[in-house]
Amino acid sequence: MTGHFLPGTDGVLFQRDRAWHPPADTPGYKSSTLRAPRHSLLSFGPTRSEMAGPTFGHERLGALDNDLIRNFSQDGGDAIGQRLVVYGQVLDENARPVPGTLVEFWQANAGGRYRHKKEGYVAALDPNFGGFGRAITDAQGFYHFRTVRPGAYPWPNGGNDWRPSHIHFSIFGHAFAQRLITQMYFEGDPMIWQCPIVGTIPDRAAIEQLIARLDRHNTTPMDALAYRFDIVLRGRRSTMFENRLEGN
Amino acid sequence: MLHPTPTLKETPSQTAGPYVHIGMTPNFCGITGVIDADPGASMLTPDTKGERITITGRVFDGSGAPVGDAVLEIWQADADGAYAAPMGPNSNSRPAFTGWGRQPAGSDGTFVFETIKPGRVAGPDGRPMAPHVSVWIVARGINIGLQTRIYFADEAEANAGDHVLNKIMDPRRRETLVAHRQEGAVPRYVLDIHLQGDRETVFFDI
Repeated sequence: MTGHFLPGTDGVLFQRDRAWHPPADTPGYKSSTLRAPRHSLLSFGPTRSEMAGPTFGHERLGALDNDLIRNFSQDGGDAIGQRLVVYGQVLDENARPVPGTLVEFWQANAGGRYRHKKEGYVAALDPNFGGFGRAITDAQGFYHFRTVRPGAYPWPNGGNDWRPSHIHFSIFGHAFAQRLITQMYFEGDPMIWQCPIVGTIPDRAAIEQLIARLDRHNTTPMDALAYRFDIVLRGRRSTMFENRLEGN
Repeated sequence: MLHPTPTLKETPSQTAGPYVHIGMTPNFCGITGVIDADPGASMLTPDTKGERITITGRVFDGSGAPVGDAVLEIWQADADGAYAAPMGPNSNSRPAFTGWGRQPAGSDGTFVFETIKPGRVAGPDGRPMAPHVSVWIVARGINIGLQTRIYFADEAEANAGDHVLNKIMDPRRRETLVAHRQEGAVPRYVLDIHLQGDRETVFFDI
C-alpha cells in the first residue's frame, strides 16, 4: 500500500467471529460434506496482503447495471414479476459507512428459475431477465438496484427441499480479508425457517441479519415495493495511536 | 492500547451456490450484453511491468472429484512488491496492474490466471514476505469463502524465511501452498487445491 487510504482503511481488522458464520461442514446442507476442510484454519495477524484490497473506482458502471428489470431486456420490455427496489448501507463493525465498494447481486427470476446451464427447474425462463446486476456504494455506503422478487424453487438436497426467495450478494470492502458473499431473504417469508442453507447459520440473530425489511417509506408509488438490506463488513481497529499494520 | 468494541456484527456468510457464475462471471455463463467483460478476467495490460506467468491448477473435493463450479479470486502485489493504491470513486485512470483477478474453474476443476510474478511485500517487523498470491475460493457447498496463498517453488530461500509458511509445522502441509514452475514461452506455476483429504490445502483464518 502506498499511503492513499480511503476513509476507514486504517488499522487492522477485528478478528472474524467464526461462530457467527456457518461452519464449513453442515450435514443438513449435503454439498458441504466433501467440500469442508478438516484441518484447523491457520491463524495469523493480517499482513499487507490481507489489509489491501482491489478497488473499482476506475470502473464506469453502465446506466442499467443496477436495473435487473431492464438490463437483459431482449425485446425492450420489462422483466416479469413483482417490481422491487432493494437498497441498503454497507457498514463496517464500527458502524462506519464503506463507500466506493463494488456490490454484485444475482438471483432467480420471478418463477424461481435461474438463467444457467445447470438449472433443472421446470419453471419458465423470462426472456427479459438475466438475473445479474452490480452497484458501487456512494459516499455514505449506500447501494440500490431495481429488480423483481425472485421465486422460491426446489433443489436436490433432501427429497423435497425448497429455497426461500433470496438474492445473492458479493461485497468487496477495502481489504481482501473483508471479502464476503451472502444471501438476502425477505421479511415475513415462512420458508426461511425451513431452508437447510439458512440453517447452516447456528444463531437465529445472525439469520435475522440476512432478512431485508419491507420499507413502505421508500416504495415507488404505483411502481415498486422497497426492501432495505444493510450489510456489515469486518471492522478495523482505530488508530488513536500509532498502530502496527501486521503482527497483532 | 485500547480499541473501541465493535458495535455491529459482521453479516454472516452464505454459500455462493451453484449459480455463482451469473453474478460473478456473467459473460462466461452466457449472460451477455449486460457488462462488456467479466470483472477480473484480464489482469494484464501492455503497460504491466514484470515477468509474465500463468498460475494454474485444479480444485478437488474430499473424494478427489474436481470442483467444476468453483470461482477463484487472486490478489497480489506488482513486480515491485506494491499493492495497487485504492482509488476514489471519481478516479478514472486504470492502473497498469490492478493485482486482482477472478476466474471460474472449468468442468474438470481447472483454473488459469495469466498474471505477473509478484515482488516481495514487507511483512511483520518489516522483513519481506516471500512472493505470493492471495487466493479466495467460493463454490456450492462452501459456506464461507476459503482463504489461502500460492507461493513459488523457485523462491526457496525466500520461502524458508516466510512469516506465514513458517507457521505451518508439517512440511508436507507447507507444500500444499507452493506452486511448481514449468518452463515455457510463458512460465507456468502449477498447484492443485484440495478442499479436503490427504493433501488438503492449508486454509487461513485471517
